[in-house]
Amino acid sequence: MTNKEYIDYVNKKTPNSKILKNTVLAFIIGGLICCVGQAFSDFYRIMFNLSAEDAKTAVPITMVFLGALFTGLNLYNKLARYAGAGTIVPITGFANSIVSPAMEFKREGLVLGLGAKMFTVAGPVLVYGITASVIVGLIYYFIGGMM
Amino acid sequence: MQTIKLKTPVSILSSASVAGVKEGLGPLKNFYDKVLEDAEWGEKTWEKTESKMQTFAVTKALEKANLKPTDMNYIFAGDLLNQCIASSFGLRNLEIPFFGLYGACSTMAESTSLASITVSSGYADYAVAVTSSHFCTAERQYRQPLEYGGQRPPSAQWTVTGSGAMVLGTGKSPYITHITTGKIVDMGINDANNMGAAMAPAAIDTLTAHFKDTGRTSDFYDLIVTGDLGKIGKEIVIEKMLEKGYDMRSNYNDCGCMVFDLEKQDMHAGGSGCGCIAITLCGFIMEKIKSGELKNVLFAGTGALLSPTSTLQGETIPGIAHAVAISREVD
Repeated sequence: MTNKEYIDYVNKKTPNSKILKNTVLAFIIGGLICCVGQAFSDFYRIMFNLSAEDAKTAVPITMVFLGALFTGLNLYNKLARYAGAGTIVPITGFANSIVSPAMEFKREGLVLGLGAKMFTVAGPVLVYGITASVIVGLIYYFIGGMM
Repeated sequence: MQTIKLKTPVSILSSASVAGVKEGLGPLKNFYDKVLEDAEWGEKTWEKTESKMQTFAVTKALEKANLKPTDMNYIFAGDLLNQCIASSFGLRNLEIPFFGLYGACSTMAESTSLASITVSSGYADYAVAVTSSHFCTAERQYRQPLEYGGQRPPSAQWTVTGSGAMVLGTGKSPYITHITTGKIVDMGINDANNMGAAMAPAAIDTLTAHFKDTGRTSDFYDLIVTGDLGKIGKEIVIEKMLEKGYDMRSNYNDCGCMVFDLEKQDMHAGGSGCGCIAITLCGFIMEKIKSGELKNVLFAGTGALLSPTSTLQGETIPGIAHAVAISREVD
């Protein structure tokens, strides 16, 4: 049996992720997290008379706090087992990706453990997210102004 | 020839095991010497916990054999951590001449093989074989932080928290009779979430070599176990061995499928890690051999010889399997 034949055989044998179930759960749980965000937005505007612009700042702060809190309580990863992309995509997932390595590596010290390893998961997102936004910004600066 | 028949059969004088919380809820829970109540066991780091498990397993096994660390001529030990720190830190206070091994999850079979050869050849009166793994230490080294919210594919396996040790000497039943040392086999699998499929060809290679070299058929054994191939790897072994003319459907199992209740405990493809075969062998299997329910057992530790670096660099996963034959009686 050649390697290729074996790999084909294994691919046939290996069960796929349950895409439909995972997608539906991601949609529902991710959607619920977004509803919580929307509720905070309404709450801040109605109760604290924040402008729509200020509410847009306050909501991510709240959601990042909640994401970090639930990661610290060891609950976010449990929800993520079912939610998948539904917990990764919202901003709470970003908080989780930074808080979880911070918790994990604090045993190696505050500087070379927590400090250095905190961005092992989120680092690539920052690098390519910021790079992409700079490129889009440049394109907009040179071309967007003409239109 | 990959197999040696030991000149003097080596006795398994005692064995001991310690298992983690989830393992302690599994089907083999009554066979461990100790089940941890939490993942830390009173230690500040999980690495310390894993070391403590090795210390416990060895100390307990020695206690059962009525022997002291100073009676031991050699200890063969290994684990999954970088530079094998679980073994060297866990065993540093025992003052037994130490060989550190790395065979990934095949380490229980590797350490038992080498310890048996040392005893059988007469260079040691007593030798210990020990290994361990811990879910939390393995996750942080090979995968993501524990609290990171991610989903595992159905082929993923769960690293067993546990340690198992065996004290070897001469004189009484049960005996280690044959050792088949595996070759590195790589069939091109590069998915680190499908280790069972990556290691299965090595297991098939070693088992086939064992049967050919010894002239034994697969039904000579009441039980043939592999270390941690999980559900997918186990199916591959059964099918491919059948194609080669070895029907192992009734007497073969994989420790990764035995150590957990895969459905109830939501373990996807099953258990893995050095501890998987170590606690199953040193607990359940040894107990069944002692009671006479199992007379001849072939255990094959299976290892995936990858590292986080090789995975990131896109390398395929080399597998290894070492087999050790145990019999209650020898002629």
